[in-house]
Amino acid sequence: MIAVSDVHHHIGQAQILRDITLTLPVGKITALIGPNGAGKSTLLSLVARLTPLQQGQITVAGLDVQRAPSRELARTMAILPQNAAVFSRLRVRELVAFGRWPHHQGRPGPQDAAKVAAALHDMGLDDLSHRFLDQLSGGQRQRAHLAMALAQDTPWLLLDEPLAALDMAHARALMQTLARLRDSGKSIVMVLHEVNYAAAWADHVVALKAGRVLAHGTPETVFAPDVLGALYDTRLRVIRQDGRPLVLHHL
Amino acid sequence: MTSVGRLPWPGLWLMLALLMVGAVYLLAGLGPRADVVLPLRATRLAGMVVLGVAIAVATVLFQTVSRNRILTPQIMGVDALYILLQTGLVLVLGPVGFATLPVAGKFTLELVVMVLAALALFGTLLGRGSQDVARMILTGVILGILLRSLANLIARLMDPNAFAVVQAESVVSLTRLDAGLLPFAAGVTGLAAGLAVWLAPRLDVAALGRETAVALGLRHDGLVMLALALVAVLVAVATALVGPLTFLGLIVVALARPLAGSARHLPLLITASVLAVLMLVAGQLVFERVQRLQSALPAVLEGAGGVAFLWLLLKGRIR
Repeated sequence: MIAVSDVHHHIGQAQILRDITLTLPVGKITALIGPNGAGKSTLLSLVARLTPLQQGQITVAGLDVQRAPSRELARTMAILPQNAAVFSRLRVRELVAFGRWPHHQGRPGPQDAAKVAAALHDMGLDDLSHRFLDQLSGGQRQRAHLAMALAQDTPWLLLDEPLAALDMAHARALMQTLARLRDSGKSIVMVLHEVNYAAAWADHVVALKAGRVLAHGTPETVFAPDVLGALYDTRLRVIRQDGRPLVLHHL
Repeated sequence: MTSVGRLPWPGLWLMLALLMVGAVYLLAGLGPRADVVLPLRATRLAGMVVLGVAIAVATVLFQTVSRNRILTPQIMGVDALYILLQTGLVLVLGPVGFATLPVAGKFTLELVVMVLAALALFGTLLGRGSQDVARMILTGVILGILLRSLANLIARLMDPNAFAVVQAESVVSLTRLDAGLLPFAAGVTGLAAGLAVWLAPRLDVAALGRETAVALGLRHDGLVMLALALVAVLVAVATALVGPLTFLGLIVVALARPLAGSARHLPLLITASVLAVLMLVAGQLVFERVQRLQSALPAVLEGAGGVAFLWLLLKGRIR
């Protein structure tokens, strides 16, 4: 599991996270939701050790993210950052192959090639694998970065707004892929803006507001109208669709 | 692009061309005093090899850690730091004291100061500003101007003899290659370039961006600091050998990227180094033997490099 204990974080005078203590379950899809500026991406970034921890402790599968060796952490969790931009002019396959770096450290073997091929296939990138990244649309590039994270083949997958640039079909395909990975035993933590993807696919939801955990638990617990209303400070309705909550907030 | 092992074909062709041009430079028109001329030419050729490798490797490393293909260490003022250091030494020791310093001791001291100062200045700059490229470039350019202006100010406070020494250190010339310095320069450049080659696979990962590199288990910040230290050493070597060359690294690396046939750092480092040496030797051959000019090459290289810089910038080829 991921254990977050007594985490506080500030940027200058602005307090971004306050007294965050929670555990994220193994073998589940966990969604971090909340309004803009709630601290979702900061929390994910701290867990992913992309941002140095100022106070508190975070462990992933028993590894302290501040002290564990980088390579061991990279074999434990793969991360899709919010704004992944590449300096080199790479083809899609080359980018995805970098996902195997923590395993081979520059000396890839046949097993690595197979993992890369599988990740490309899972993200529907077979036909685009020889294209340069700068020849792709934003959504296609997002899928290439996701494929790199999948190729890393880690027990934990941390994704910051993975659906941001994807159209409906690719967003749904990605959630299906993630559900399949979850069923195979992997644990997924993702920041989601669109609450209905969390309602439809997540097993566990953490709702953050103004740097605090407002609620967490199953979608049924968090997607109660009073909880969501307090979370987003807006009027909304929650109905049930195919046994899952569905939030009507466009009306 | 076809490749043989890890070496791209263009890299091999460039190496062959370099061997031929180098042989012509050494052996053509030796005349009756070959015993005198040949060692002089060999020294200058070795100097150009060290200079080319130092500038090419420093530029590749700097562009990777700054994530910007417009920048060179010289545009960001790393060589100005070296000139300021030289000026400070002349001010403190006087022209005679400066001239009589032991070469090895002086060079070692300069390298240590350069590395520490470059890490403090550019490490902070790249760490804080690297997310905002425009601000980082602007800050770097202003920093370069500040360092040059400081060196100028100090130089103007000196007596004419000391000022002449500083002026001589600040003017670019391939003919002023110091034979006494060359063995140290070659050793340091060889070590730094070897380390850069060893780091090449990690530099490939670093080029994916800090967050992705950290996610893949790279100790990114440590690598950036090490690369900056190597840049400082290599720029100090290049500037000590011939003076400040601003645009040679830019034009060489911009041309080497498509020739390397890969975004990987190993072929890029090799191609850029060979290309830099080839341009220096071929250019010197033309100017020295055909045009009978002794010091025109740096000016032409800088002029051509400046034009290429603007052209690449306007065409959006580098970003």
